Amino acid sequence: MNMKKYFGIGFSVFSLAFMSACSDSDNDNDGVKVGTLNGYELTVTNLTSNQPLSPLAVAIHNSNYTAWTIGVEPSLGLEKLAEEGSTTEFLNEAISAGVYASVSGEGAIFSGESETLEIESVKNDEMKLTIASMLINTNDAFTGAQSIDLSSLEIGDELSVLLPVYDAGTEANNELAGTIPGPADGGEGFNIARDDVNVVSRHPGVVTNIDGYDDSILDSSHRFDSPIAKLVLKRIQ
Amino acid sequence: MKINSILAMSALPLVMASSIASAQTLDVKIINLTQGMYFTPLLVSSHDASQHLFESGTVASVALAAMAEGGDISGLVSASEALGAVNSENPANGLLAPSSSTTLTDFNTGTNEYLSITAMLLPTNDGFVGLDSWEIPEAAGTYTIHLNAYDAGSEANDEIINGGAALGTLGIPADPGANNGTGASGVTSTETNETVHIHRGNVGDTDSNAGVSDVDSRVHRWLNPVAKVVVTVK
Repeated sequence: MNMKKYFGIGFSVFSLAFMSACSDSDNDNDGVKVGTLNGYELTVTNLTSNQPLSPLAVAIHNSNYTAWTIGVEPSLGLEKLAEEGSTTEFLNEAISAGVYASVSGEGAIFSGESETLEIESVKNDEMKLTIASMLINTNDAFTGAQSIDLSSLEIGDELSVLLPVYDAGTEANNELAGTIPGPADGGEGFNIARDDVNVVSRHPGVVTNIDGYDDSILDSSHRFDSPIAKLVLKRIQ
Repeated sequence: MKINSILAMSALPLVMASSIASAQTLDVKIINLTQGMYFTPLLVSSHDASQHLFESGTVASVALAAMAEGGDISGLVSASEALGAVNSENPANGLLAPSSSTTLTDFNTGTNEYLSITAMLLPTNDGFVGLDSWEIPEAAGTYTIHLNAYDAGSEANDEIINGGAALGTLGIPADPGANNGTGASGVTSTETNETVHIHRGNVGDTDSNAGVSDVDSRVHRWLNPVAKVVVTVK
């Protein structure tokens, strides 16, 4: 696991509109735009037994952006997110696709723990939120949700979403030593080779060495079922 | 399964609910969410409140068992149509591969107010994806439903791939994806719940020449839901 990647983006909550509107980071005192910003607080709780979640990747966008589709070849950014837990390429792709705002989590979220992030976006008719994170003791499993509708949330409103588990389809679920970046193995993260079905699907789960697969580096603690995590979204501004 | 639309419907006054019986036209998109499981030819059926293609906790009909054990929907088609169902048979024109989808357009349900869906899961002994009597909303709109995998309870899950598709013949017909092994000794020879129930999942193994199962535990398992259905009421 490359921890440097996790902290590379740091805690950067930013709005694309501001990026172009002003060069300093003191946005709150820029009276011109304050009234047009929506702010959200999101908290993700890891519900798994022993699957730390990689730093969250979050974007607010309209219906022109889709991070993944069942049955469709995943982007390089999604592959990197699902194989090594990095958010950089995934969010760069989102920014290229014109999302309103994006943010990366501070670090891994361990089982039973939570992380809270804030994200601001200029107000738009369509306000959708997409979130993704790797289950780092797997070959290429990720959790997340796409295009959660924020448009009807008033300030103070909150909604809760349970996050299912997907398979990026870019790396075979062989569970072999050296192939899994999380603490269960400390193996390889991203590999450009795609030796699996190469389309996104729901994840079939892991077999583990407690269930007759002696070569698996995973043990019973690494098993999981859906949902993987709980997301609570609150509009705060 | 949490369906806001059903909750909304149940809040309608009865007098309105009883006046629904006008023809509805639907688009039905069915997405196989799994990474390694195939759906045999789908049956999409609209019917009245008295009918079920299957019901959890009840013994499978012969027609349901034929679908679940061998993918043969003809029995379900004839039995349901005799009771007034309007069906769409095999909208995917064959197998619906893992992670692929099919869309049935302009499905006219007549006066039928309920929607059901079945297809066998391959490779399994008698597993199937199912929707039992979803009440079709009156209001035009798009509705999303997630479907679970069921076990018909009619055949032991021995997980031996031997071409056994016929009713009452033990074994799995085939793995269309050809990721299977051979020479398995069999996971079990008994079915402990002989009613329709939530499937416990394939056990599988990683031995392609022997072991207890001919299915691969790394490829042929699944977690619910196994399908997503998007119904557009026009």
